[in-house]
Amino acid sequence: MQAPNVSQIEEGLKSELRKKGIVVATLEDLYNWGRRSSIWPLQFGLACCAIEMIATACARYDIGRFGAELFRASPRQADLMIIAGTVTKKMAPQIVRLYNQMPEPKYVITMGACSIAGGPFIDGYNVLKGMDRFIPIDVHLPGCPPRPEALLWGLTQLQKKIDSQEIEKAEWYQKGLKREYPIPEFGPKGLIPKFNPEIWRPETASRRRERYGDPILTGKKTAAPQFETFGDTQTKVGTV
Amino acid sequence: MNPQDVKAKLEAQFPAIEIKIVNQGLAIKPEDLRRVAEFLKESDEFKMNYLSCITAVDYLDSLESVYNLYSVDKRIGPIFLKVRVPRSNPKIPSLFDLYRGAEYQEREAYDMMGIVYEGHPDLRRIFMWEGFEGHPLRKDYIPEDEDVLEWQDVEWLERHGVKVPEEYKEFARQLKESGKEARAERPKAAAE
Repeated sequence: MQAPNVSQIEEGLKSELRKKGIVVATLEDLYNWGRRSSIWPLQFGLACCAIEMIATACARYDIGRFGAELFRASPRQADLMIIAGTVTKKMAPQIVRLYNQMPEPKYVITMGACSIAGGPFIDGYNVLKGMDRFIPIDVHLPGCPPRPEALLWGLTQLQKKIDSQEIEKAEWYQKGLKREYPIPEFGPKGLIPKFNPEIWRPETASRRRERYGDPILTGKKTAAPQFETFGDTQTKVGTV
Repeated sequence: MNPQDVKAKLEAQFPAIEIKIVNQGLAIKPEDLRRVAEFLKESDEFKMNYLSCITAVDYLDSLESVYNLYSVDKRIGPIFLKVRVPRSNPKIPSLFDLYRGAEYQEREAYDMMGIVYEGHPDLRRIFMWEGFEGHPLRKDYIPEDEDVLEWQDVEWLERHGVKVPEEYKEFARQLKESGKEARAERPKAAAE
């Protein structure tokens, strides 16, 4: 994260002026204050994390306190994409497409273990192992699922990031910005491509293996219930 | 409902049929499935008018389809019918015209396990996409290794204007030349 913007105006002078009803601020402060206080998320949920996201938007936790209560149904009107839940390989192309359709500046929060790295489905055949394989992510929010407080924390982290951005250096005002990514396709064994090397690259050493060692099948194998072949029918059966 | 009673009644109705009791289920031959299900559904004694679930089991050398039948009218059930077929030729007659609810369940069992239900009007994949190869819930299915780019991925990325690092490209080329596929490692069995 970048260093937060620090005002060049003397604090004493500032407070003296404030007593007279004059507020001194930079344009950047106002600009970022406006942007971070009205983040409009894209309204979509994929799995159980979406339930926590809904709870965050409801009265008890009230995401409206942070100005992000306006969930938009269209990506054209959204600033923030909260990827709340398991991203299956069948859903991944649609998420990349939604990201491409969002206007600049756009931010992404991955919520929960599944959208960060596959979560409990990491050894499966159908779940994408992390949404950062195809689009850049601003805030990773761990938990399974994260509590509403955690989502609010993630949102304030994102607000800090927005506060630290400068208009002159903002990447969405620069020339040659490329924030649309190719949409993966369905292949015979999974998605083609498996990841976008411009955004994400696999670790050279497996951290999971370093920490937990080789995966081992525990649990005992239970033998199949035996029943003998029926006469001369081709229903040949046996045991495992 | 006691499976012994059901077995006795079915044997009284169809003397030529072979039935075995496995756990709480009735194991029958695939060619008998249609008439047994029809009898259980139509007879006044059972009226099994609700097929709640069709599941499939992989026993490595054979595949099994399990049918859970209930009677909503008489409030009895479940009766489990088990049909086991060899892995090389997994064909079971469809129950679509007896129970409409069998349509999606049979499609699911076909998608995940590869059991072919003969007579199903629209037997195609339901969860995985068209063009997916293999049946992922079979025990011998190994998913792909997702941290390795294969040659088709490299070609796709370059077609879409993404720069692929040389080392990935080189690895994919070697993989292609050796004729191997990048598959995930299977976990080891625990030492006894």
